[in-house]
Amino acid sequence: MKKKIKENIYFDHSATTPVDQRVLKEMMPYFSEKYGNYSSLHGFGREAYFAVEKAREKIASTLDCSKDEVIFTSGSTESNNLALKGVIDSLKGKSAHIITTQIEHDAILVPCKQLEKKGVEVTYLPVGKNGVVDPKSVVNAIKDNTVLISIMYVNNELGSINPIQDIVRMAKKKNKDIIFHTDATQAVNFLSCSVKDLGVDMMSISGHKIYGPKGVGLLFIRKGIPITPLQAGGHQERSIRSGTLNVPGIVGLGKAIELAVKEMDKNNKKISKLRDYFIKGVLKNVPDIILNTDVDNSVSSHANFCFVGAEGESILLYLDAEGIAVSTGSACASGSLEPSHVLLAIGIEKEIAHSSIRFTFGKHNNKEEIDYALSVLPSAIRKLRTMNPLYNK
Amino acid sequence: MIYSDKVIQHFKNPHNQGSIENADTVGEVGNPSCGDVMKIYLKIEDRIIKDVKFETLGCAAAIAVSSALTDMVKGKSIDEALEITRQQIIEDLGGLPEVKVHCSMLGIEALHEAIKKYEKKD
Ligand SMILES: Cc1ncc(COP(=O)(O)O)c(C=O)c1O
Repeated sequence: MKKKIKENIYFDHSATTPVDQRVLKEMMPYFSEKYGNYSSLHGFGREAYFAVEKAREKIASTLDCSKDEVIFTSGSTESNNLALKGVIDSLKGKSAHIITTQIEHDAILVPCKQLEKKGVEVTYLPVGKNGVVDPKSVVNAIKDNTVLISIMYVNNELGSINPIQDIVRMAKKKNKDIIFHTDATQAVNFLSCSVKDLGVDMMSISGHKIYGPKGVGLLFIRKGIPITPLQAGGHQERSIRSGTLNVPGIVGLGKAIELAVKEMDKNNKKISKLRDYFIKGVLKNVPDIILNTDVDNSVSSHANFCFVGAEGESILLYLDAEGIAVSTGSACASGSLEPSHVLLAIGIEKEIAHSSIRFTFGKHNNKEEIDYALSVLPSAIRKLRTMNPLYNK
Repeated sequence: MIYSDKVIQHFKNPHNQGSIENADTVGEVGNPSCGDVMKIYLKIEDRIIKDVKFETLGCAAAIAVSSALTDMVKGKSIDEALEITRQQIIEDLGGLPEVKVHCSMLGIEALHEAIKKYEKKD
């Protein structure tokens, strides 16, 4: 059993995903054959133009929006920055209050901190032990000057799903003018992202989390939402996002979104089966652990554990030595002194949070890989616990 | 962040890991809420460190530092051991990533703590 079945086993799909071969195939012509600039008037340009617009159309129909509501960006970090700062900038200094949550990705939290320095008020809502925000707490946080609510659809560390549809409905009932943004980066593979159904005004998506290329993403911006561009230049994307369009990237993003939605049910079924089997095995074979992912309120990919008494980065590197790629919420791995803000937000103590490991499964994983991981994990944890001067001594 | 091969070697097969039952002195530093704790056990005869063992909770850098430092102090006199600097440990490990340099202090502090306690006892 403890035979290395292959060099590299990838259980870190929340960090990034491999580009699907079908996506890669669609992208390939747009590097050195059809290399025109989307904005050029000649034949090369037209080729690029039609490719991008075809992708935009496909994406718009998938997201239930109109074509000109899709703005291509370099990924979700940029989309989130554009959403938050673009809306606030458009207010030209008017008093503003943003509501967000304590479990957002840094690509929301850090821009919020920057806006706070400029005098914007920000409320960071707590979440429950399951990593889900209570819609009532959102409504209760709304003030007269609340202009923007930004709440992630799926959390990247836990996999927890926020009930965006309910939150939007309740928030808009209290004040229909509030602009609602969701970071849907981790949701597209697993949940419907119809902006009509969700009711959101802005939504961020990234290519590389959905078996598409890195460095490309989009921001859905509902018609009529005021937004001031962050970068000025050649007027691309209706001047909201200047910069020569990443044609192969956008073509890949279009294909990736199409495949994600078309194969969602199949992938969800496969991945959740693997994930549940893995969780069962870990709970059976490793004592003294905490399952941080509440599987009933999470997407199918995530299994986040704390292995009490073993430090996360060390676990990660033991698994890496066995050819298994995972990630950790330990401070040691991030270079900061604080462990994962998400784990702290769901009430995990610091000293325990350092022992967290996130396994995120994907559509190419299989049962053999899980069995292999289950065969090497217990001894890695045991080894580290033996080394720990404080554990069971 | 990339670890040197030496760090990974120490991490995977740490030297002098464990405890000494009748140690002459023990030093423990760090804080579990920061994710790093190191405990060093010394057996001392005629002011010479005859044996040394460590237990560490922490990242690969903390474990590698513990392993390398215990190698370095074994057989040295107390005074020689006190002269070991973090720079020496880092060099011995073929370098540490910038954000991990503080881990080298943990080892030195644990050693100094153990020796301080020993000197007080004597
Ligand atoms: C929830 C979430 N938001 C934003 C990002 C950043 O996305 P990108 O890498 O496309 O900038 C990530 C990826 O790490 C994420 O998981």
